[in-house]
Amino acid sequence: MSSAETKAEAARTRSAWLLSLPALVVLVFAASGPLLIVLAYSFLTPGQYGNVVWDFDLSGWIGILYTKDIFDGTWGLADAHLTIFWRSVKLSLMTTAITFAVGFPTAWFIATRPAKQRAFWLFLITIPFWTNLLIRTVAINEVIRNEGLLNTSLIWLGVISEPIRIIYTDTAVLIGMAYVYLPLMVLPLFAAIDRFDMRLLEAGYDLYASRLRVLRRVILPIVKPGIIAGSILVFVPSLGAYVTPRVLGGGKNMMIGNFIELQFGQGRNWPLGAALSMTLLVVVMVALLVYVRAANKGDNPHG
Amino acid sequence: MTETPIAIEARNAVKSFGQGAVAVRALDDVSVQIRRGEFFTLLGPSGCGKTTLLRLIAGFETPTSGQILLGGEDITHLPPNKRPVNTVFQSYALFPHLSVAQNIAFGLEMQNRPRAEVAATVARMLALVQLEPMANRKTSQLSGGQQQRVALARALAPTPKVLLLDEPLSALDLKLRKEMQIELKRLQQETGITFVFVTHDQEEALTMSDRIAVMSAGHIQQVGSPRDIYTRPANRFVASFIGETNFLTGTSDGTRVVLGNGAAVDVTAPKGPVTLAIRPEQVRIAGVDGGGMPATVASTVYFGTDTHLHLTLSDGTAVVARQQSPAAGGIDAPKGAQVGITLPTDALQVLGE
Repeated sequence: MSSAETKAEAARTRSAWLLSLPALVVLVFAASGPLLIVLAYSFLTPGQYGNVVWDFDLSGWIGILYTKDIFDGTWGLADAHLTIFWRSVKLSLMTTAITFAVGFPTAWFIATRPAKQRAFWLFLITIPFWTNLLIRTVAINEVIRNEGLLNTSLIWLGVISEPIRIIYTDTAVLIGMAYVYLPLMVLPLFAAIDRFDMRLLEAGYDLYASRLRVLRRVILPIVKPGIIAGSILVFVPSLGAYVTPRVLGGGKNMMIGNFIELQFGQGRNWPLGAALSMTLLVVVMVALLVYVRAANKGDNPHG
Repeated sequence: MTETPIAIEARNAVKSFGQGAVAVRALDDVSVQIRRGEFFTLLGPSGCGKTTLLRLIAGFETPTSGQILLGGEDITHLPPNKRPVNTVFQSYALFPHLSVAQNIAFGLEMQNRPRAEVAATVARMLALVQLEPMANRKTSQLSGGQQQRVALARALAPTPKVLLLDEPLSALDLKLRKEMQIELKRLQQETGITFVFVTHDQEEALTMSDRIAVMSAGHIQQVGSPRDIYTRPANRFVASFIGETNFLTGTSDGTRVVLGNGAAVDVTAPKGPVTLAIRPEQVRIAGVDGGGMPATVASTVYFGTDTHLHLTLSDGTAVVARQQSPAAGGIDAPKGAQVGITLPTDALQVLGE
């Protein structure tokens, strides 16, 4: 290769780097920067009135699972924290399951409409997206609270005499999250079902498969990428949900998101909040990796 | 117990799509009997109802009225998964998430056959369609012809009583199609399974079938062997759909038909106006001044070994004659030449409407 060509090559490389500079700046400062700050804060000492003191301290990380007795200063297992973690994982898994159970038939219905009608049905699904999350959550509150739409209608119909207490329970949080995240499940499922070749259904029936077995052996394996995408899109934000458990769960039914917020607010323990944030991040990443890998492996039941 | 010689039968099958004024009768009172072990072809132009009839047999559609019988048993309302009938789809419809071997095993697994039997049958099927080296490939990695063979093996694996083939060769190029025609015929003879084959390609139908049902507008026009259908078409539609045909109109007095140009041929036909049909290769060219009906050569089309002469009779009727090219012994009749033609009476067919 001549030196002129080498120079031209070098110039091309340089301009390529220059052109990608804005993206690199955004990545470093907007994505990695704040993360690094959070990571650094998790190893510092909490300040008296919030903020942090720049002294290395592991108590933020220890505080995730243990709590210091205020009288004798010994460390003991923090049951309250574990309850919050467990509730978060449980509610997120249940939210994913509910949105799948509701979202799959919905997505199937939309994908099997004539092409002209599909845009309309998809629009209906996405309408809530155009509204602020807080307003949607308050609207759910309005429906399920003791004097809300649901209870008053049921009492008026004579089905119940006392209002059912749903608001400020885990059920309320579950209803709210399932409602809020449903479109995130429906859209990737729709995309996968839309690509599904409906003629395969006939091939399945023709080869002695019952309806249930066509669903299990033909439809589900083929639309699996959509199921995985939808589950991830629902599970991840559910795990970090903040607004919904706050508005519908009341103060008692905290999830991790609320617990983290507490450390930066009334708790005045920024290192613990930072350590919790990092933990949540790692848990989500590990869960994603395990799930995606398991899903890919399951691709070939005979091999 | 003796089994009936009829594998599958449609009795007065009617299938309408839509309701009321916009209803379309895809099948209009169709009755047909398909014999055990035969290669039976449903032939017709698109929209003639051949695929609808196939789907009624498969169970994907239920007839509006009438019955479908399998081995003498009424299966009209049996769902497809309960019918011992398998289909090779036009689009193949192979399962994209399964390998070649898993595709072939699918039907057997759904019937809950023992594992060892499934494995043995899959191996046998792979050998039958010569795809052993491809057993673990994904179907998307195969060529069109190979996919076609997987579709065949998958449908044959559960040993159905009847195999339905919905224009399975239409997506293949000409050379591959010819190979697959021979392959299909071989598979049918080796397995002894009744094949019901749907096609719009008359040549395919003639070369492969034991019997053909020619369909048009929701009706069966004629059922017969390829030779019957070609040499003795029942009506004008069959004559024009299968091969090329000349139609000559005339008036019959019972034993003789007087054609439009005044010439008479000795053909027995009901009195009154009749239509006669004759294949281009049956038209004899007697020579430039060898007698017969006078005709003018309007144009010639050269096909290599054959030459088609487009002739005009004295009353303007167009007749196509096929003969060997001059180099192979045919008469050299250039455009504009006057020739004489004769129509052998045994080659003339009287057509019903």
